[in-house]
Amino acid sequence: MNVLDVENVSASHNGTLAINKISFSVKEGDLLGIVGPNGAGKTTLFRAILGLQNYQGKIRLFGYEGSQYAALLPMVGYVPQKVSFESNFPATVFDVVGMGLLPKKKLQRGVALIQGCGCNWNRIFGESSKNTEKIGKALEIVGLEHLRDRRISELSGGEQQRTFIASALVKEPVLLILDEPVTGVDMEVQNKFYSVIRKINKENKITIIWASHDLTAISDYATKVACMNRDLFFHGEKEEFFSNKDLLKTYSESAMQMHMHNHSHEV
Amino acid sequence: MVLDFLAYGFMQRALVTGTAAAVCCAMIGLYLVLKRYSLFGDALSHMAFGGIALGYFLNIYPIWTATAVSVSAAMGITKIRKSTKISGDAAVAVMLSSGLGMGVILVSASHGFTIDLFSFLFGSVLLTNVSDTLSFIAISCGIIATLVIFRKPLLHFTFDEEQAKVNGVPVEKLNYLFIALAAVTVIITMRLVGILLISALIVLPNITAMMMGKGFKKTMLISISLSVAATTLGIVLSYPLNLAPSGSIVMILVAMYVGTLLVKQMGLFSRKTIVQEIQ
Repeated sequence: MNVLDVENVSASHNGTLAINKISFSVKEGDLLGIVGPNGAGKTTLFRAILGLQNYQGKIRLFGYEGSQYAALLPMVGYVPQKVSFESNFPATVFDVVGMGLLPKKKLQRGVALIQGCGCNWNRIFGESSKNTEKIGKALEIVGLEHLRDRRISELSGGEQQRTFIASALVKEPVLLILDEPVTGVDMEVQNKFYSVIRKINKENKITIIWASHDLTAISDYATKVACMNRDLFFHGEKEEFFSNKDLLKTYSESAMQMHMHNHSHEV
Repeated sequence: MVLDFLAYGFMQRALVTGTAAAVCCAMIGLYLVLKRYSLFGDALSHMAFGGIALGYFLNIYPIWTATAVSVSAAMGITKIRKSTKISGDAAVAVMLSSGLGMGVILVSASHGFTIDLFSFLFGSVLLTNVSDTLSFIAISCGIIATLVIFRKPLLHFTFDEEQAKVNGVPVEKLNYLFIALAAVTVIITMRLVGILLISALIVLPNITAMMMGKGFKKTMLISISLSVAATTLGIVLSYPLNLAPSGSIVMILVAMYVGTLLVKQMGLFSRKTIVQEIQ
């Protein structure tokens, strides 16, 4: 069962072509790691899938297009590289996670469309769960229940990022799109984060697309890999990617350059 | 009794109208401040000034022309801003000056400044008649009800517009609805503090409430309480002291802000000390 089909999709960012005729499919239960240097068009691709960006070509969710696609879009959880919000925004962690909740009707419509396709996806929360329970459980999954009444602006970068992941989980996503979600976060939090995404991928059959520069994490956690730099150069099983020396060299070099680049900025 | 003047009809009407406007301003204001639209209220009120002058010029009840001009200008500017990517502060400057410019031309073309026009500039809450009071109450109830109904999508859209869009919040429609509500709020608040002081009622109670470190709902409730308290106190005190109510309300809000700032500086709102955090 294909969760996502991308067919010949091209899109521009600030007037330049950012992705060029990309085609690939994501199957149910995939944990797809997307690698590519900065400016490779990963974020543009995600924004096109999420309906935040104009594009040419076709994108289908569970085979659906048009108004059914729009009705399924709220079931896609998205954690961007960085969420920019007013620095003293008076919202607690609980408030921010609660923003991810979908109105009952929208959730029911989405669930009905997904179940209509006969896939194995499990809801994270029981059908009768109250909103407060969902928020509590989502915070538990990301390990932030002790911070629920703290203001989002008082949290560290890693804690904020985990809050946004909880906000993406609370809507009961069928597909989770994570755009370099742990950039600038310490190793301990990164490991916690990876175990969370593996758990929800395995237990709830939530399909995950995840952009990262961290090839070690991709080799540890992803099931499939895609490499892009405006064009899509590879899409397939993880093992195939890691046994292809040329690809590995190109993308580990770009990852290394990226690492050095970040490092020189930090210095 | 010292407070005998509260039995006067005009005083009661002033208090009712003032409270209604104070609640609307505090609620709308929180979203405006958080969207970095603090001066939007000022821009809308200057547009309303142009609208009032137009009303006098055409001999139409000025509140209607003011509403029409500020709502349509606000919508227009929002649309232009979206399509041309003009920054928010520049859009506000355009509205502010074009509204005032239109007003000045129309005033000079008609009979010059009249007392009525003056009362729109500086507020005239004590002159509110029964029918104005009733219509202000009805409009305020409409604004408050709309804000309560749409509180969740409005919060989401204020915090992160793109995520709200992915979640299926009709962001553009919501934005237009919100701008229209803000414009109507400005019109009913004009009577209370006048065109020139509206920003104070939109911004001050909210930035004061935001300093107290609470969540969204509590911040809004604190802001409403501060706004209503300052308005009531300002109107009540202005009569025996023979002061302008608008100025009194605004200065009480300023005092609340400065007081809260001082208390915060002394560390009374901090939730936990570093020692507690470690424990």
